[in-house]
Amino acid sequence: MEIKSSSWISKAFWVFQKDIKSELRTRYAFNALVMFAIVTLTAVSFAVGQFSSRPKLISSLFWIVIFFSSMSGLAQVFIKEEESRTVNLLKLVASNESIFLGKLFFNLVLLFLLEIIIIPLFLILLGVGVKSFGLFVSVVILGTIGLVCSTTIIAAIVAKARVKGALFAVLSFPILLPLLVTAIHGTNLAIEGSKFSQGWSELKVLISYCVVIGVGSFLLFDFVWRE
Amino acid sequence: MIQLEAKNLTRHFEQRRVFKGLNFKLKKGDVQIVLGKNGSGKTTLLRILGGILMPSKGEVRYSLNGDALRGERLQRILSLVAPDLNLYEELTGLENLEFLSKVQGFNFKQKELIQTMDQVGLADRVWDQVGAFSSGMKQRLKYVAALLKKPLVLLLDEPKANLDQEGISFLEKVVLDQKKRGILIWATSDKEERKYGDQILELDQ
Repeated sequence: MEIKSSSWISKAFWVFQKDIKSELRTRYAFNALVMFAIVTLTAVSFAVGQFSSRPKLISSLFWIVIFFSSMSGLAQVFIKEEESRTVNLLKLVASNESIFLGKLFFNLVLLFLLEIIIIPLFLILLGVGVKSFGLFVSVVILGTIGLVCSTTIIAAIVAKARVKGALFAVLSFPILLPLLVTAIHGTNLAIEGSKFSQGWSELKVLISYCVVIGVGSFLLFDFVWRE
Repeated sequence: MIQLEAKNLTRHFEQRRVFKGLNFKLKKGDVQIVLGKNGSGKTTLLRILGGILMPSKGEVRYSLNGDALRGERLQRILSLVAPDLNLYEELTGLENLEFLSKVQGFNFKQKELIQTMDQVGLADRVWDQVGAFSSGMKQRLKYVAALLKKPLVLLLDEPKANLDQEGISFLEKVVLDQKKRGILIWATSDKEERKYGDQILELDQ
């Protein structure tokens, strides 16, 4: 046996790897995310296909699909540990920092994978042409990071509650509202073809949101996780 | 030398008091039996001693050769086996052991892990998902996971649950080994299991 003085980042990797293996075998969260996204996307494309020339509407619908899909899947990361009664084992062997980071990376990978499937479908089904692709990608990446930072800490809070489903959406909405409004505006600018510099103020808000919520969640997790 | 001191431990769940003012000291070689009926707080006490639950009042102090142990340093020397402490059912037995050791900073070779599973008769189930194990096999795997790191503090909650005669013989050997290595706390509702310990802590409901 060899004892390694590994950092909590490498331990977070083991938590992440365990969750990925577990997800690949159970599809516990990914199926919920993808099915919800595809159903919503199909409904949206039938309902508003003829108005697809309105970028503001398209941007709003895009983030609504992402928001509600994440509501249906990202909370599972902690709820699953509670429901399968492995949460105490995890508390016993892993540090709070490595648990939070591992779960955060897992949710990030999950949401990015969903977006890889959903974004091309969304653009094709609604016939949207993104004129400023660099700005669009930046807004999506930052919006996703912000969304995951918020939902991961909310998932940890919700996992301890009895009425989990409704509470997750109720807690998430006010926290995510500034992020969603900014991301919708940034996406609108990208679809309209604004220059990268014109979307810089939206990007700055998104970066600030990610930093504040990311650091806040990391510090808060210790209190949320402790019983 | 490993030492454990519990001072004035009290735990409430909302208005319900589970136990109040528990005090005890243990050192290397001690085996303490925590005896009580169902609902008397044995599991809660072990969770507090394991660091996964906070006491409402009081504190638990661990020290190794005079140095206080907490956080990850404590996690590395402490193991808990309990009926409600489940392993990951969708992972194989080997993957569970790999995860549990790596996340604590231990780097066991795969061969070593397979050998330890062999010692409890699980060698032919190494690649099977834990969900397909019987409850007795899961219990044995929990012991393997707990004993891999040779813990200085071993907490056992209803340790005989789901074990057959062969498993109980293995458990008796664990008690002897742990007495040489450090502290053992054994929680049970069966008064006959007093014989395994040298100190008794009775919890009343």
